[in-house]
Amino acid sequence: MTVNGANVANTRSDTGNERQWRLDPRPMGDGLLELSCAGRWCMDQDLPAAGMIVSELDNTLRLSFDTAQLSAWDTGFLAFLRALFVLCAERGISIEQDGLPNGIRHLLAMAAAVPEQKAAKRSNARQNLFFQVGAATVAFFRGAPEMLHFLGEITLSFGRLLRGRARFRLSDLWWEIEEVGPRALVIVSVISFLVGLILAYLGADQLRLVGAQIFIADLVAIGMVREVGALMTGIIIAGRTGAAFAAQLGTMQVNEEIDAFKTLGISPVDFLVLPRMLALMLMVPLLTLYAGFVGMLAGLLVSVAIFDIGMFEYYTETLRALELKHFLVGLSKGSVYGGMVAYAGCLRGMQCGRSAESVGEAATSAVVTGILLITISASLMTIIFYRLGI
Amino acid sequence: MNSAPHIEIRDLTMAYGEFVIQRDLNFVVNKGDIFVIMGGNGCGKTTLMRALIGLQRPTRGTVYYGGEDFWGVEPQEQERLKRRLGIMFQGGALWSSLTLAENVALPLKEYTALAPRRIGEIVSFKLALVGLAGFEEFYPAELSGGMKKRAGLARAMALDPDILVIDEPSSGLDPLTARRLDDLILELRDSLDTTIVVITHELASILGIGTNSVFLDTETHTMINTGNPKEAVVSGDLRVRHFLTRGEL
Ligand SMILES: Nc1ncnc2c1ncn2[C@@H]1O[C@H](COP(=O)(O)OP(=O)(O)O)[C@@H](O)[C@H]1O
Ligand SMILES: [Mg+2]
Repeated sequence: MTVNGANVANTRSDTGNERQWRLDPRPMGDGLLELSCAGRWCMDQDLPAAGMIVSELDNTLRLSFDTAQLSAWDTGFLAFLRALFVLCAERGISIEQDGLPNGIRHLLAMAAAVPEQKAAKRSNARQNLFFQVGAATVAFFRGAPEMLHFLGEITLSFGRLLRGRARFRLSDLWWEIEEVGPRALVIVSVISFLVGLILAYLGADQLRLVGAQIFIADLVAIGMVREVGALMTGIIIAGRTGAAFAAQLGTMQVNEEIDAFKTLGISPVDFLVLPRMLALMLMVPLLTLYAGFVGMLAGLLVSVAIFDIGMFEYYTETLRALELKHFLVGLSKGSVYGGMVAYAGCLRGMQCGRSAESVGEAATSAVVTGILLITISASLMTIIFYRLGI
Repeated sequence: MNSAPHIEIRDLTMAYGEFVIQRDLNFVVNKGDIFVIMGGNGCGKTTLMRALIGLQRPTRGTVYYGGEDFWGVEPQEQERLKRRLGIMFQGGALWSSLTLAENVALPLKEYTALAPRRIGEIVSFKLALVGLAGFEEFYPAELSGGMKKRAGLARAMALDPDILVIDEPSSGLDPLTARRLDDLILELRDSLDTTIVVITHELASILGIGTNSVFLDTETHTMINTGNPKEAVVSGDLRVRHFLTRGEL
């Protein structure tokens, strides 16, 4: 039997025979199989799989080669031979390489010289759904102590800060403050304006039914200052800054920069996490206030332009509605959300592995964790403030 | 002074999860040694280093510094022992938000009471030692890989540590710079009495400056040779001779 490259469907038939591979297994008796490889064995054409002569190997004890007609070869041929050798090894067939060109023999020897590190190979067999869910659950609960541990470290670090013993560079703090404050203004403005607009529209539409449109002002003012301003700012900062924190610290982890801090006995939490926590806990409340004002501005615009409420009327109604406690609630929520985002970002950054890939995972996970923590603390705080009657 | 060995590694086994990297390592580093840790790529040299310098708890066994069990003592004691070490990481591990001068200066600021100007002078000197004079105000991102390594070495030397641990100093350096670095290491040992633990594949360095060594084998996951590399090359284990002669033997 001669297998020929021309038989392969996508090989052009007008090329000469030297342009294609030819494979011809010749049984020589006594269990010896001579494999004649001829023509061109290069990767720019469709090369055969070693498996195609597997049936010939059944009664074979020894395999030899005839490459007298081989006109050209490259790694494609080497890969074919390597796969073939594996098949032979499985069947206990001995291989006589004399018939192969010298270069091929050397390259194959080099490829075989370093044995494959079995333990290093990861099994990526897919597990069934139940297994995956179980593994994810276990991983989540294993992660909980680590999260608490990190929280403890941050607390200790704050303790050192209060005693004036924490070590970080003030310029880092300023840089972070600038990064989360002024540079976040544009996106916070846009989102708060739109949210204020939506609130006013929704509210006005309902309040018109009972002829109480003027209460749009109350709705927008209290809603924005107390809840929505902080929530929107928290979510924006989680996506913008939390992810950035995780990526920064993650990259430092990859570059062994964090290790370098540890070996010097400098706490990476003091040096890296503390300024970031402080920056967010200081700046997010301010951004929250700002978001509240922008939202009220949007409410005013909608009321005056569309629902025919006087500007002065809206203004006095807003003043009447807003009490100090609403500001305090909004500010404290902003501070907590800021802390949560910074915590999530720094936690994921510090947990980052040692590859570029894990930096990406850390950033993603920081955003998810940040938003999750914001949601949880928002619910808790709403309940607490309700109970306290604030 | 006590008579305990300077550094002693006893029964050390390191693993990532189930995957044992190296097992049952036992060797001693004496004061004034230039101790070479050698072995093929990925055999666990960096992992061993991480166990030595306190970044990764070994699965079994421990490291003694002057007779004190590093992994057996309280964290504060560990900090004190770590203070004796200067470490250069494989990729330099420079802090990317600081300039070279600030990188080298940070340990000095933390642990000395020197005036800022003295620190500045020391920093310049250290950078000059590694051939980076004039690069004080550069940020790590503005340097080549070899320069980062040398800057990392300057930072490791900042406090004139008792023990200098260096991970692959000369890979990626041109031959002349690598040679200069070897001379620098010899000089540090001779003039500052520094004990040097160096991870390297560079044959010229191993044979040129190494006074003692351990060879970690990739296949058996343990050490197969210790002693002076110059002797190992003639009378050591066959695999080590193979390694040290680039497979000629
Ligand atoms: N964080 C890690 N998790 C799992 N395996 C690792 C990790 N770091 C290194 N390894 C594995 O440990 C082995 C030794 O790595 P390393 O100590 O860096 O080698 P080298 O001797 O080149 O410095 C390698 O096989 C590597 O794949
Ligand atoms: Mg290494």
